[in-house]
Amino acid sequence: MSDTEIRIVNLHARCEEKEILKGVNLEINPGEVHALMGPNGSGKSTLSNVIMGHPSYEVTGGEIWFKGRNILELEPDERARLGLFLAFQYPIAIPGVSVAKFLKSSSDAILGDQRKSAGEFLKELRENLKFLEMNEAFLNRFLNDGFSGGEKKRMEILQMLMLKPSFAVMDETDSGLDIDALRVVSKGVNRLTGPAFSLLVITHYERILQYIKPDHLHVLIDGKVVMSGGPELVKELEEKGYDWIRQQFGQEVLV
Amino acid sequence: MPQLETDSNLVHEDYKYGFETVVPTDALPKGLDENVIRAISAKKEEPEWMTEWRLKAYRRWLKMKEPQWADVQYPPIDYQDIVYYSAPKRDGANAAEIDEEMMKTFERLGVPLHERGALAGVAVDAVFDSVSVATTQKDKLAELGVIFCSITEAIHQHPELVKKYLGTVVPTGDNFFAALNSAVFTDGSFCYIPKGVKCPIELSTYFRINAVDTGQFERTLIVADEGSYVSYIEGCTAPSRDRNQLHAAVVELIALEGAQIKYSTVQNWYAGDDEGKGGIYNFVTKRGHCRGRNSKISWTQVEVGSAITWKYPSVILEGDNTVGEFYSVAFTNKKMQADTGTKMIHIGKNTKSTIVSKGISAGQSRNSYRGLVQILPSAENARNHTQCDSMLIGDRCSANTYPVIECEADSAITEHEATTSKISEEQLFYIMSRGIDEESATSLVVNGFCKDVFKELPMEFSVEAVKLLEIKLEHSVG
Repeated sequence: MSDTEIRIVNLHARCEEKEILKGVNLEINPGEVHALMGPNGSGKSTLSNVIMGHPSYEVTGGEIWFKGRNILELEPDERARLGLFLAFQYPIAIPGVSVAKFLKSSSDAILGDQRKSAGEFLKELRENLKFLEMNEAFLNRFLNDGFSGGEKKRMEILQMLMLKPSFAVMDETDSGLDIDALRVVSKGVNRLTGPAFSLLVITHYERILQYIKPDHLHVLIDGKVVMSGGPELVKELEEKGYDWIRQQFGQEVLV
Repeated sequence: MPQLETDSNLVHEDYKYGFETVVPTDALPKGLDENVIRAISAKKEEPEWMTEWRLKAYRRWLKMKEPQWADVQYPPIDYQDIVYYSAPKRDGANAAEIDEEMMKTFERLGVPLHERGALAGVAVDAVFDSVSVATTQKDKLAELGVIFCSITEAIHQHPELVKKYLGTVVPTGDNFFAALNSAVFTDGSFCYIPKGVKCPIELSTYFRINAVDTGQFERTLIVADEGSYVSYIEGCTAPSRDRNQLHAAVVELIALEGAQIKYSTVQNWYAGDDEGKGGIYNFVTKRGHCRGRNSKISWTQVEVGSAITWKYPSVILEGDNTVGEFYSVAFTNKKMQADTGTKMIHIGKNTKSTIVSKGISAGQSRNSYRGLVQILPSAENARNHTQCDSMLIGDRCSANTYPVIECEADSAITEHEATTSKISEEQLFYIMSRGIDEESATSLVVNGFCKDVFKELPMEFSVEAVKLLEIKLEHSVG
C-alpha cells in the first residue's frame, strides 16, 4: 500500500447539491502515467478539482490517499506542498503579479528550507522557458493576464517543471491547443516523467496520448470509472466511441 | 522618571505601534476659545501677525458647519472636549532624559533620530503630539540652501517665506477642518527648495500622536522654487485607545515654474478595535498648486489606518503645461470608514492629470472614492485619465465611487475607467494549489491590485508599504 502514489477509494463528491462523483476508484503507482477519458459531464474536471481540494466541491464519501495520508482534510496549499500539482483547464489571471514573482513565491513555499537563491532560481526558470520555447519577456508579464489559450497552457507546464511535483493531474491541458503547442506541452511533461513522477492525464481526445504515452487508461462515465485497460484501449475508444461502453454497461452506468 | 512603558492592552497584534510613551507633558486644558488660541500662540512665542492669523481663522470657523456630505458616520464631535496643545515637558532637570525618551519612541517606530543611526538618504522631522522634537540632516541640507524645519521654527526664522505662502493654497476659510487647523495648528514641517536645486535626499515627517484626548493639528508647507525638485515622505502612527482622537491636518504644496514635488504618505493611524471602538478621525486637507508653467505635483498615498478618513489631496493646475498626479491605495478593514479621493482643477493650457485609485475593503468597512476633475474654459487641450478600481474581500464590506467630471473646454479629453471586483474563490484556489497559503495568496492578489500605485512610491517606502499591507490583511480573510 505504501508503494502506491495515489489511491482514490470510493470517492463521492457533489457541487451545489448535485452529486457528480459516485464512487470513483483509482490507483496510481510511482512512475506510472494514467489517462482518464470520458464524455462531457462525466465528472472528469470535478475529479481533478476534488483531488486538489477546490472549496466549491463537497466530498460526501470515500478517501484520497497520497503518500500514505488521507489528504481530504488538507487545504490545497498543503496538498501542493506534499507534491501534488494540478494543471488547470482554465488557468486564472492574477493581474499585477509577475510570472517570476509568482513562481518564486510558490517555489519557496513548496521547497521550504530547500528554497533556492534568486540566482539559481532564475537560471532554472530561464532554462525551462527556453525548453518550452517561450520568450523571456514572459517573466515580467502578469500571470495569465491577457495570455492566449496556448500561452496559459504553456505557463501551467512551466510551473509544473519548476515545482517538480511527484504527482500531477493535467485537466484537459490539450483542449484548444494547436499541434505545435501540443508538441511543446508534451515535451515539457515528458521531461518530468520517470520513476519519481506519476501523472494523470485527463482528456477528451486521444490526440495528446500520441505524445504522452499512458501505461493505463480509465474511462469515467456518470461519476464512475467503468472501464480500465492498457494503451490498446485508446484505439478502441477512438474507433467505437463512448456509446460502446455505455451499451456494454447498460443499466448500471445509466442509473 | 520617564520610561518607555508598554501597556499590553494597547498593543493589537496587527498594530504594533499601539504603545504609549509615558512622559510628563505640558498641556493646555480641554476646550477652545480665543484665549486658548492666544495661549498656543504664546507657548510658541509667535509674532503678533501669526496670532492674528489664527484668530481670524477661528472667527471664520465659528460660523462654519462641519461637512456632512461624506459617506462616513460618527457621533458628533465635542470640540470643547479636546486638548489642543500637548507637548513633552523638556525644561528643567529631566530635559536630557525626556529627549532620550523621544528618541527611543521614534526608534521603536522605525525612525531613528540620532545622527549616527539616522536613515541614509532621508532627512526626518519628528512631530510628537503638538511639537516637532527633532529634525535630522539639517546641516547637510543647509549647504544646498534647502530649508527643512518645523513650521514653528520657520515662523521665527523665515517669516517672509511663511507670510508669503501660508494659506495661499488652502485659505483659512477653505473648509471647516482647514479653518480649525488654521486656528489651532501646533506644529508640522516647512520645506523650501531654492531655485534650481534638486534635493538629493528624501525629506520626511513622522507624526506621532501620544497623549490622550489630544487632537493633532499639524500644518505642512512645502515650497519648490523655480526648477527645483523634492521628494517628501510622511508617516503617522498613534497608540491604540478606546476613545477617538481627532487629527485635522493641512498640507500646502507650491510648485513654481518648472518645479516638481513628489509627496508620498503612508498613513497608519490607529484604526480602532474589531468592534470599531477608538481610532483616529483623520480629517485632512491636502492641496498642491502648480503655480508656474511646466511644474508638476504628484501625490501618492497608502491609507491603511484611521477609524475614519476624510481626505482629498488635490492639485490646482494653474500654469500652462503643468501635471498633477494622484496615486492612492486605501485599505479599510473591521469597521473602518474611508471617504477619499482627489480634485484636479485644470486652469492652464495643456494641463494633464492622472488619477489612479485602488480601494480595498475587508471586514465590515466602507470605502469610497470621491473625485472631481474640473476643466475650466481656459484649459485648452487639457487631459485627464482616471482609473478607479475597488476590490472587496468578504461580503460584509462596501465600496462606492463618486466621480465627477466638469469639462468646460471643448478641446479637452477626459477618460474614466472604473472596476469593482471581489477576490474570487477561483483566484485563491489557483494560487493555493501552488503551495501558497490563503493569507499569502490574498496578499499576493491585493499587492498585484495595488501595483500601479506602489511603483510610484520611493523604493524603500514601497517595500514598507507592501509589508504593511500584508500585516493589515492578516485575519481579514475568511
